[in-house]
Amino acid sequence: MATTADHFQGHVDDHGHADHDHKPAFFARWFMSTNHKDIGTMYLIFAIFAGIIGGAFSGMMRIELAEPGIQYLDTFAKWFGAVNPDFNSSLHVWNVLITAHGLIMVFFMVMPAIIGGFGNWFVPLMIGAPDMAFPRMNNISFWLTVAGFCSLLCSAFVPGGTGLGAGTGWTVYAPLSTTGSPGPAVDFGIFALHLSGAGSIMGAINFITTIFNMRAPGMTMHKMPLFVWSVLVTAFLLLLSLPVLAAAITMLLTDRNFGTTFFDPSGGGDPVLYQHLFWFFGHPEVYIMILPGFGIVSQIISTFSKKPVFGYLGMAYAMVAIGVVGFIVWAHHMYATGMSVNTKMYFTAATMVIAVPTGVKIFSWIATMWGGSIEFKSPMVWAIGFIFLFTVGGVTGVYLANGGIDDVVHDTYFVVAHFHYVLSLGAVTALFAGFYYWFPKMSGRMHSELLAHIHFWIFFVGVNMIFFPMHFLGLQGMPRRYPDYAEAYAHWNKVATDGYMVMAFSLVIWFINIIYAYTAGKKAEANYWGEGATTLEWTLSSPPPFHQFETLPVIEDAGHH
Amino acid sequence: MPVADAPARAPAPKANRKVALLALGGALAMLGMGFAAVPLYRIFCQATGFGGTTARATEQQAATVRDSGRTIAMRFDANVERGMPWQFKPLQNTDTVSIGVRDMALFWARNTSSHSITGTASFNVEPEQAGRFFNKIQCFCFTEQTLKPGEEVRMPVIYYVDPAILQDPDNKDVQEITLSYTFHVTAIDGKTLDRSKAGG
Repeated sequence: MATTADHFQGHVDDHGHADHDHKPAFFARWFMSTNHKDIGTMYLIFAIFAGIIGGAFSGMMRIELAEPGIQYLDTFAKWFGAVNPDFNSSLHVWNVLITAHGLIMVFFMVMPAIIGGFGNWFVPLMIGAPDMAFPRMNNISFWLTVAGFCSLLCSAFVPGGTGLGAGTGWTVYAPLSTTGSPGPAVDFGIFALHLSGAGSIMGAINFITTIFNMRAPGMTMHKMPLFVWSVLVTAFLLLLSLPVLAAAITMLLTDRNFGTTFFDPSGGGDPVLYQHLFWFFGHPEVYIMILPGFGIVSQIISTFSKKPVFGYLGMAYAMVAIGVVGFIVWAHHMYATGMSVNTKMYFTAATMVIAVPTGVKIFSWIATMWGGSIEFKSPMVWAIGFIFLFTVGGVTGVYLANGGIDDVVHDTYFVVAHFHYVLSLGAVTALFAGFYYWFPKMSGRMHSELLAHIHFWIFFVGVNMIFFPMHFLGLQGMPRRYPDYAEAYAHWNKVATDGYMVMAFSLVIWFINIIYAYTAGKKAEANYWGEGATTLEWTLSSPPPFHQFETLPVIEDAGHH
Repeated sequence: MPVADAPARAPAPKANRKVALLALGGALAMLGMGFAAVPLYRIFCQATGFGGTTARATEQQAATVRDSGRTIAMRFDANVERGMPWQFKPLQNTDTVSIGVRDMALFWARNTSSHSITGTASFNVEPEQAGRFFNKIQCFCFTEQTLKPGEEVRMPVIYYVDPAILQDPDNKDVQEITLSYTFHVTAIDGKTLDRSKAGG
C-alpha cells in the first residue's frame, strides 16, 4: 500500500523515552485507560485468563467422559463448595460445567479476544486513526465485560436448584431456567449476560463510529483492509442481535422473580418463544465469533502469499451477505420443536444459502495463495489450518442444515463436533493465527517461529483427536449433555480425552513461547514480515508509539485496497 | 477528518456523536422488537395456527359450514400442572367425527383439596398443522373455572373440524387429531397465585 506514513513515526525508535510519548502512571494507565492499544491488551489478557478457566472446565468434562460411568463429578461438586453432595447435585455439576464452558468461551474468551483484543488494537491502526472514536466508552466496555465474568463465576457458588451453580446450558431455555432452577445462580448468570452484552453493544457502537468517521484521508470504504470490514460487519451483528438477547433474558428474569408469564403456559406464555428470541440472537452470534477470524485470515493469507487478496470486493460483500442472511435462519436450531414441513423447508434452504458467500471466501483464500510467493511462517500455517478446519465444520453445517437429517442427529455429538470445528477449531485457530501475526507488533518482541510451528502441529493433531471422533459418536446416536454413556461409545470417548491432553500440551508450548519472547526474543522491527505486509500497522514501530498517527497518513490512489 | 491531532480526551466531534446515536437508536429499536415479539408472536400463532394454536368460531360462522361426508378420528387428552390438586380427564378418550359437523366433547374435573381452587386451561392440538382447521365454538377453556373443595363438574367443548383441512396439502396424511388441555392454578381461595417461582 502506498502511503506517506513511513517517515512520521521515525523519531520514536527508542520508544518509552521520547518525551512526547509519555504514558500515564500504572494505575491510571491500566484502570482508567482510554488508549485503544492498552484496552486491547487488557482484553487479550482477560480472554487468555477466561480461556484457561473455560478450558479447564472442558478438561473436567473430558476426564469424566474418558470412561463410562460417573467417576469425578462428586469431587468436582466438593471443589465448588458442596458439603456431602448427593448423587443428583453431583450430576448437576455436569450441567454447571457445560453451561459455564459455553458461556465463558463464547462471551468471555472468543468475543473479548477477537473483537475487544485484536479489534481494538488493529482497527484504528489499519484505518490510520489515532484511537477509537469514544475512548472512555471503550474503557467501560472492557470493565463491564470483566464485571460480567465475575458475576458468572459467582453463580457457581450459590444454589441453582438441584445443586450449586447454574445448570441451564448456554441457551438458558425456559422452563429449565425458570421453574426448573430456583435459587440465585441463574439470576447471576443472566446478570453476567446483561453486563457483558451491554459492554459489547457499546463496543459495537464504538467500532461503527470509528470505522465510518475516522478513516485516514484517502482510505475509502472499498480500500479498508478486510479485517476492518470483518469487524464492521461484526459490530452491526452485535448491535442488532444482542438487544434481542437482552430482551429475552430480561423476560426470563421477570418470569423468575416478578411473577410474569412470558414463557410460562400457565399464564398464556410460550416457552418456544424464548427459543425463537434466543436463536434470533444466537445464530448471528456464531458469525460474530467467526467473521473477525475471516478478516484475520484474509490479512495473513495475503501477507504471506505476497499478493493482494483475490476478489477483494467479493470478500468484503461476502461477509456482509453472511451477516444479513445470518439473521433469517435462526430456527434451524429448533427443528425438533415441531415445525411444519414448509417452515423447515424455508429454514433449510435459507441456511444452505449461507454456504455460497462462505464458499466465496474459502475459494478466494485459495485463489490468493494460487501463484503466490508463499512463505510458511507461523501465522500462515495457522491460517491454512483454519481454512481446513473451518471447511470441515462448514461441510457438516450444510449437512445439519437439512431439517430431515437434523431430526436424526439433533442433540447428538455430531452437532457438538460440528460447532467445535467451526468455533473451537475455526475461531480459536484464527485467534492463534492473529496472535502469531501481530504478537511482535504488540509486544515489540519476536516469538520463536520454531515453537509456533510445533504449537500448531500439536494443537492441530490434538483438536482433531478430540472432535473428529465426535462425528462417529453422534452418528451412532450418543446424545449431548450427559456425563455418562453406553459402553459402546467408550473407545472414541477415550480417544477424544487423549486428544484433550495433546491439545493442552500444545498450550504449554504457547505459554513457553510467550515467556521466550519476553526474555530472549529479538526486538521486532516495524515490518518484520516483509514485503507482503502492506497495511498501515506495519508503517509503525513495534510496539507502536503510545499515540500514533498524530499526523494522519494519506492513502494515495495508486495503492490497491 | 476531524481528528487530526485529537488527543484521546478531546470531546467526541459532532459527526461521531451522530453516528453513535444512530447506532444506539438501532440497538434500542431491536430491544423494543425483542419485547414486541411477545404480542406479535401470539398474534402470529392465532392467525396461522403455528404451534398447534386452535381457531375460534362464532355460532354464525359455524352455521355456514357444511358436512363434508368424510370422518376423522379425535383423541382427547387432559392434564393438570404439577402439584395441582384436581382430577381432570375426558369422559370419552376417542371419538370419530364428521368433518364439518359440530360435535361436543365432555371433560370431567374434581377438586380433591380442601381449598376452593380456580384454574385456567391451556390447550393445543397435535399434529400442529391441524390447529388452524380446528374450530372451537364453546369451550370451558375460554373462562376460568372455580371448584369448591370436593366439587365435581362436567365441562363441554363444542367444536368442528373445518372441511378446508381436506384441501390442505400439509394435512393430507393426518388421520387423527389430538386435543389436549392442561389446567393451571390461577387462584386459591380467591387469592391470585403469585407466580414468581425461581428467584433467590
